[in-house]
Parts: sequence; structure tokens; C-alpha cells
Amino acid sequence: MSTKIFRSSLRLTTLAFAGGLLAAGTAAADSVIRWMHVEQVPSTIGVWSQIAKDFEAKHPGVKVELQFLENQAFKAKLPTLLQSEDAPSMFYTWGGGVLEAQSVTGALRPLDEALDANGGEWRNVTNASAIEGLTFDGKVWAAPSKSGLISFYYNKDLFQKAGVDASKIEKWDDLLAAVKTLKDAGITPIAGGGRDKWPLHFYWSYLAMREAGQEGFAKAKAGDDDGFAGEPFVKAGQHLAELGKLEPFQNGYLGATWNDALAAFGDGRAAMILSFENTPATQATNSTDRKGLPDDKIGRFPFPVVDGAPGVATDSFGGLNGWAVTKNAPPETEEFLRYMGSLEVQKLLAKETQIMPIAKGASEAVSRPLLKEVADALAKETWHQNFLDQDLGPNVGAIVNDISVEIVSGSMDPADAAQQIEDAFSLERK
Amino acid sequence: MSDSLMPANARPSTGVVTAPRRGRRSLAHSKWPVLILFLPPALLVFTVLVILPMGEAAWYSFFNWNGYGSPTQWIGLRNYQLIFRNSAFTQALINNGLIVLVSVCVQIPLALWLATMISSRIKGALLFRLIFFLPYVLADVAAGMIWRFVYDGDFGLVGGIAHFLGAEAPFWLADRDVAMYAILGVVVWKYFGFHMMLFIAGLQAIDKSVLEAADIDGATGFQKFRLVTLPLLGSTVRLSVFFGVVGSLQLFDMIMPLTGGGPSNSTQTMVTFLYNFGVTRMQIGFGSAVGVVLFVICVTLAFSYKRVFMRND
Repeated sequence: MSTKIFRSSLRLTTLAFAGGLLAAGTAAADSVIRWMHVEQVPSTIGVWSQIAKDFEAKHPGVKVELQFLENQAFKAKLPTLLQSEDAPSMFYTWGGGVLEAQSVTGALRPLDEALDANGGEWRNVTNASAIEGLTFDGKVWAAPSKSGLISFYYNKDLFQKAGVDASKIEKWDDLLAAVKTLKDAGITPIAGGGRDKWPLHFYWSYLAMREAGQEGFAKAKAGDDDGFAGEPFVKAGQHLAELGKLEPFQNGYLGATWNDALAAFGDGRAAMILSFENTPATQATNSTDRKGLPDDKIGRFPFPVVDGAPGVATDSFGGLNGWAVTKNAPPETEEFLRYMGSLEVQKLLAKETQIMPIAKGASEAVSRPLLKEVADALAKETWHQNFLDQDLGPNVGAIVNDISVEIVSGSMDPADAAQQIEDAFSLERK
Repeated sequence: MSDSLMPANARPSTGVVTAPRRGRRSLAHSKWPVLILFLPPALLVFTVLVILPMGEAAWYSFFNWNGYGSPTQWIGLRNYQLIFRNSAFTQALINNGLIVLVSVCVQIPLALWLATMISSRIKGALLFRLIFFLPYVLADVAAGMIWRFVYDGDFGLVGGIAHFLGAEAPFWLADRDVAMYAILGVVVWKYFGFHMMLFIAGLQAIDKSVLEAADIDGATGFQKFRLVTLPLLGSTVRLSVFFGVVGSLQLFDMIMPLTGGGPSNSTQTMVTFLYNFGVTRMQIGFGSAVGVVLFVICVTLAFSYKRVFMRND
């Protein structure tokens, strides 16, 4: 262990040293916005660099520097980094409990003032639900950057072969019936990534949203009606167990990563996947032949509703990302973020980097039909719930991921699972 | 350790050796400037990089802390209570025990057996030494990734063999009951070469004349091994077991790419438990407590082993 500590401190020192060098190299600029991200797609970084250059051209004396950290390393380093002199000016956030934890340490700068400046110029162009999702304790702690939606994607050919009509899958029982039909036709119904756990937390989360509804969910967070141990959450687990009993996933799904699951779907080895809005692209890159399914062979339908439960099909579950600004960041950081969130830039990002934009009206720039469908669904959403492994904080989130796998693989009782979440979350309520 | 060194140092001054005393005393005197000059840097580095983090971890283990800001919520021994109540930790302990058991009962005998076969100068011995040692040269993470692929039921070697035989491909790493054994297989594969090399070195240090004497006395091959080789190899075996035990307790890098501790925590070791439940969940206080427990177990085992088995080595 000591070598680990030694290595990480060595890395930090190197980082600090490199940071110092960078700062020295750019001393000519009046202020430097250090932009820390986890993006790995080269074309996206290319677009970002261009946006940064455009901004620099319009604001002489300001320099924008992109700094990359790998996802896991980023998460592990951030706590230390935020408390050091080398904190970035702005960094990527998934919102939720982690952002909230960061906000209470005083390491971040709230953005309300900037949002409301010039008669609320910035706030008015941004989707209200996106801002709301990054608000804690009445203050906005990050500038929204993109939104997302989890829905079912299906292989049109395999559905046709089994005789399943995707447009008829509206209720949970319809989905179970479709799974049975597909299995009878000798087709693996769903691709699942049980090793990464979070891909299966989509199921429990969506079922919990459908069973509890927005109001019930808020109540559970507040600890009313037995909190997360309440009836809707037990029922959500029971539905998930029903699905698990049908053995809907590919063989060995408990050892499969998310990329394996995408490959199974992209290769046509499984008929469905409950996945992100960027699935048309990621199933292709992860498939064995790197081509995957063409867009016209993929269909999409929202997560089904549960009969008699308050949740509706337009209640959506998906990511909400943003850029958090640190306390000592140069004042131009907010200006830069306002620029990033403007209609013009959001349209560019939607078109070039295929994100779901957060500026009002920017979704018209989304042209790929499967993405357009998601953009339209997001525009009509009645409730946007962020991923539970972010929203409930890293600890409770990890428990949600764990129990989702345990329930679906039949090794945990849904009521025990709900109680476990409640036990952990009860420690986080104030 | 210090005990075993002390008499060795003390011996000359009390001994009957009649070497000039003055010379030795001046030698002892001349040690001080060297000590004063060279000890502080090492001591400083050791303190800053070992003692201090250890003390910090022990301190954090009494807090409920997510790593942000400074720890404020003192919860006493609650983290320790939670650790011992956690079924995943119990599983990790069992798994660590299993790894120790396998490395002592399977890996080391296997390494010893192979070492006795290829330590002599037979044709191709060098090549086999190289082949057997190769897995050890691989980085743990790389080995884990390779075996993850080997065990894969869709595209891996195991899957391929099963398909060839017309059977349904097994997914060992996805099976709670089998995954740990699959990992144990990789552990043995990865580290037996290291122990084998230790034994080869040990075997080569054995005086050939002793074995020749045994030959003349008419000892059989097995008798030679049991009554001559093994006793003379004793210190190497004890050292090998020591490395095996300590290495087993620290197993982490290989498990992460193989299973990440899953499915259902069935392949968790103490260190993967620390990482999965402490670091990734941002439960730094809890993770520190796990670190302290791990440290205590390691230190106790290491010191008592050295005390009991390696006293004379």
C-alpha cells in the first residue's frame, strides 16, 4: 500500500510540476481558464479546442487550456486536486450527490449571479430542468452542458424474426411477454453488462420511477413513507426479479462489461439493450466488425410503464452533465461557460459531437433520426431523473448498483434490497 | 528482525576473538558521523512517505469522511464495526485465506517439483526455465486481461474449446461459485515461476559433494530429495512461503481486470474490497479503516512468521 501512496504522491508532484510549467508557459496571458475534462473522443476534443480558440479571439488576454484526465483517475484525484493550488478553473461533473458534496466544501463558486446577469440572459436560453438538476441548497453549482436519456434500443430484424412489435411494448408486462417470445424464437432478448453493475441499475431505477412517480420519489428522498424501503421500491425490485427469472440476458452477463453488452447488441447476438442516447454510435464501435448495426436496423422505445403505478412514459431517466467552476477560477470562466451554453455553440455541439443540447431550441440541430427521436422525447419530458449512482451520492449509488445485480440474478430479496438502500441513505439525510 | 541482528553485532565484543580492541572501538566511533550524515534523509523519506500516511489513515479511520474538505464527523470505532459486519469483507478474508492456502499447498510444491527437474543441466532446461518464468515477468494487469480473454465464453480459448467439443461454453468468471477458482488458477500460473527461480537458486547453492556422498551411500532419488535436498533448501522454502503469504494478502492488480471483485463480491480480496468500498464509494474514512485492518494483519503475519519460522535464516 505504501508504494501505492508513494506512486500517487509522485504522480501528484509530477502533475503539480507540469501544472507549474504550463502556468509559466502561459504567463503572457492575463488569465488562464484551465478546463479539466474526461472526454476521449478526438473529434469532440477538436470541436472543443475550436470553441476555445474562438473564445480567445473574442476575448484578448484570456487563454483556455484543456486538461485531460482519464475517468477513474479524474474521480480519484478530484478531492485532493480541488483542495490544492492546482485546482482547475472548471471541471466536468455528473451532478448529483458528488457535486453536492463538493459544493458544501466551499471549493466551488455558485453560478447564480452569472446566470442572472444582464436580465437573466444566460438563464433564459437554458432549459430550466437542466439548471434545476444542478441546483442544491437554492444555488446553481454547475453550468449545464448536455443531457441524456436512457431508453430501449432494439434490433429490428431480430424483432421481426420473433414476431415482436416494438410499438406495442407500452407496459411492463408487454416487455416480459416480448422477452418470452424472443426466447422462444431462440434469440437472446437483452444484452446486459452485469460486471459493471451500473448498466443494470437502469432497470431498477426506471422501475422505481414508474412505481413511485416523481412525488413518491421526492418523498422517499425526504424519508417519508419508509423512504426507500417503502412499497414502491420493494415493488420495483419484485418487477426486476420477475424479469431476472426469465433469464433474459446473454450467457455470462454477470461477467460482461458495458462494452461487452454493446458488442452483443451490435453483433446482433441480443435483441435489445437499455442504453444511452449515443447507442447507435457506441454499438458500432464496440461490435466485432466495428460496423455494428446500421441506423435503419435499430429502433427505440421508451421504458415501459407499470400498470396502475403513477409513473408515466415521459418521466425520463438519464444523464445530466455540467461544468463546475472552482472558487479561485478567473472571472472569465463564467463568460466562457455562458458562451459554451449559447444557442449557437450548443447547436454546433449537437451537430458535431452528437450530444443532447441544453440550450432552448438547440435540439433542432440534431439531425440523425435516432438522436432526433431522443431530442424530441427530452423536449417533452415531464421529469428528468439523473442517474441514481450520481444522484444519491457515490456510496448509496454503489449500493443501488449492487442490489440491481443481486435482484436480477436472483440472489437478493427485493424487500431486503430496498431496506439496504434506505439504511445507507438515512445516514445522508440532513 | 532487530533481535536476530543484535547478537550478531554484539558477538565480536563479547567473543574470544583476540583482534585488537582499539581498532574496533575507533570503528564504532567512526560510525557516528556516517550515521548522522546518512540517516536523516532516509529517515525523513521513510517518515513522510510511510509513517505519516499510515498515521493519517489511522486517524481518518475514526471519521465518516468522503475525502472533501477536512474530516469533521468523528464516529469512533463505527467504521471498524461496519467492516466486520460486512459480508463482502468476510468473503474477502476467506478468499485471502484461500489464496494463501493455494500458494502454499499447490504453487510452492509445484514450483519445487519443477525446480528439481530443471535445475540440473539437462538439455533444454534453460528454455523451460525461461518459459516457466515468463508469466511472472508480465504485469499483473496484463496477465489479468489476458486471462479474462482466455476464460471468455464467447470469443476466448475456453469458449473455443467448448464450442469445438460441441458443449455449451462456460462463463467461469461470471459464475459466483467458480470465479474464485478460476482466479486461483491464474494466481498459480502467474507466480509459480518466481518461486521456481528461488528454488533453482537454492538448489544450485547446495554442495554437490553432499549429494555425491548420498549416492555413494546408496540413497534412492526420493531419499536424496527428502533427506538431503529438502533440509538444505529449508531457508529457501521458508522464504518462498513468506513471499507467497505476503503477496497473497496484497493481491489486487490481477483481480481488477479479471472480475473486479464480482460477481456478487465472490472474488473480493482485502485490497479490492478497500478499493471498491473505500475509494470508489468515496468513503475515505471507511477505506482507511480497511487499510488499517489490512496493515495489522500483514504486520502480524509477517513478524510472527519471521519470528517462528525464519529465526535462524
